[in-house]
Amino acid sequence: MYRYDELDQAFVDQRVAEFRDQTRRHLAGQLSEDEFRPLRLRNGLYIQRHAPMLRIAIPYGLLAARQLAKLADIARRYDRGFGHFTTRQNLQLNWPKLADVPDILAELAGVQMHAIQTSGNCVRNVTADHLAGIARDEIDDPRPYCEIIRQWATLHPEFTYLPRKFKIAVTGSPEDRAASEVHDIGLQLARDARGDIGFTVLVGGGLGRSPMIGQVIREFLPLPDLLSYLEAILRVYNRHGRRDNLNKARIKVLVKSLGVERFREQVEEEWRLGRAHAARLPASEVERVRSFFRPQAYETLEDFDASAGREPAFQAWYRYNTRAHRVSGYRAVFVSLKAHGQNPGDMSCEQMEAVAALAERVSFGLIRTTHNQNLLLADVRQSELYEVWRELQRHQLAMPNIGTLTDMIACPGLDFCSLANAGTLAVAKQIQERFDDLDYLYDLGDIEIKMSGCMNACGHHHVGHIGILGVDKHGEEWYQISLGGSANGFTALGEVIGPSVPKSEVAPTIERIVELYRTLRAEGERFIDTVRRVGLAPFRESAYATHSAAA
Amino acid sequence: MRRILRRREIVADDWIQLGEEAAEGAALIVPLAELRKDPGRWWQWSGRLGVRITPVDRVEELAQELPRLDLVAVEFPSPSEGRGYSQGRLLRERLGFRGELRAVGAGVRQDQVFLLARCGFDALELAAGEDAQAARRALERYDVAYQPGSAEVGLRAQRFSAQ
Repeated sequence: MYRYDELDQAFVDQRVAEFRDQTRRHLAGQLSEDEFRPLRLRNGLYIQRHAPMLRIAIPYGLLAARQLAKLADIARRYDRGFGHFTTRQNLQLNWPKLADVPDILAELAGVQMHAIQTSGNCVRNVTADHLAGIARDEIDDPRPYCEIIRQWATLHPEFTYLPRKFKIAVTGSPEDRAASEVHDIGLQLARDARGDIGFTVLVGGGLGRSPMIGQVIREFLPLPDLLSYLEAILRVYNRHGRRDNLNKARIKVLVKSLGVERFREQVEEEWRLGRAHAARLPASEVERVRSFFRPQAYETLEDFDASAGREPAFQAWYRYNTRAHRVSGYRAVFVSLKAHGQNPGDMSCEQMEAVAALAERVSFGLIRTTHNQNLLLADVRQSELYEVWRELQRHQLAMPNIGTLTDMIACPGLDFCSLANAGTLAVAKQIQERFDDLDYLYDLGDIEIKMSGCMNACGHHHVGHIGILGVDKHGEEWYQISLGGSANGFTALGEVIGPSVPKSEVAPTIERIVELYRTLRAEGERFIDTVRRVGLAPFRESAYATHSAAA
Repeated sequence: MRRILRRREIVADDWIQLGEEAAEGAALIVPLAELRKDPGRWWQWSGRLGVRITPVDRVEELAQELPRLDLVAVEFPSPSEGRGYSQGRLLRERLGFRGELRAVGAGVRQDQVFLLARCGFDALELAAGEDAQAARRALERYDVAYQPGSAEVGLRAQRFSAQ
């Protein structure tokens, strides 16, 4: 993985010193809450319902074992012993003390980490495919480009006070596991006729209040032009994006109001005029960063079926929680943070330490966080899978449900977040309890549930096969259900099936929906494919069949 | 008396804003709208002339007039107003403005000055009540950066450079 050089380290150290001074001024009454807010947000610090919340950056989801161990240490010493992994591959601590945050940031800087630009109206953590570098369908490893973009975007002098937040994702595979089409900028790695690397550039995707799918503004952008082109897009947005209405300030609104053609013309014109003054990306720098992401020192091994002859529980885990690897003899292993009875994405410091130690032993000391709020050990020898399973089981991290209905995404919701309209954690629990039978889950197959506690859509409900959105109705928590969303490879926004349902009715409604799927599906047909084939009408009817209280 | 943080020095403002008492021959800053309304009058002004622009003004439209201007003041009405950073870079890099580039308004605070200087602002009219000494020190909060930027801030290392 990338290692800081002297510049990177000096920068984060100076950033910590700056934030320490800002916090001191705030606590001394020299910076009001209004003045302090944009400064603390750019260092990942929110003030939430109960306490501050600190969002720590995990650039493109890659962690060294010692970094995960440090996160555990911080969670234990400064928080309540656990953290929450987010859909943007970051980690949130829910109970730090404001006065401690500069010390926490200094501890992070000590292991080459930070919380810079994990919130605020600036370029956020750049995300990537969690199978980067090991996927068999990959065109190129996206992570070096994510790292280059991370550096370029960090405290960018022109783009630190944008109209609104700005999210970039890079995918290296046609099966877009980074959801690049629902980002402000999506970059899809491609090769031109000569075999040179570049990007298909999409803009204006995003979820939130008015979900939109990104549109292509450039079919092929050569790699050396990456930063100058990003700069052109950001400049057009910084100058012309709306600042009068927070709900219309994302780049997607600008792209929509101009139309993608005119937006493209403006970007191309800006690029033509401005590229001489923009950051250059010389081949030597690309090589320097790429050198940190070379393939691991894999052994020469044969593929074999590690599950053959083992007990059914291991076979189920092998089937659901491990994935094929580019290199024979290895598999990628999901660390499930979706055990039933647990908040999706939550992890205790003991679990973090156990996974850090395990990664040291069996996966080159590296851990990845996934968009789906799980962790991944990317490079495990097949001969060690059984032992890895036993170890994960010991720490309640082996729930064999990856890709199934209970591997759901959920934001922290009303229990923690001051923006939320409704709780998500109790609903997640309700669903876990209702769908606790593994054989039933396996029979249902690949279903993605995504749940958000408000229309800001941190839980990406628009792109869930089944989306759940919490809404507030006269002070009560109700839930809107949508169907047909998807973010992988074929991006589609789900459609709301009808009136929202009360809290107690969420799991029963989902059960009626999936029961109908079981009767309608063709042989081997996935849930999402059945929905696409038959449309929403039959689901609409059955979802409310026995539920008359819907308002 | 207004104080200006100019090239790391805190100095008394030697410019007069329109509406203040201006002696003949004084250096005068006129809002762009005013300059457009009565160009005959202001281009005849006996002293040095500067113009003040707002976040919505398109700096490209000043291209012809810039050689006759000694100062451009860019308004930052609040710390979260980010358009002026683009205006500053465009004035310096694309339009080749060599006069004083001044950031003015309630948004010009010590926590913004490093970015402003990196975008080419060589004069900072700090928001009312801001600690000028702290702002001067804030220009040196970082001695490294990732992006190319103006030499207003002395850095010992920079990751990316421009062409």
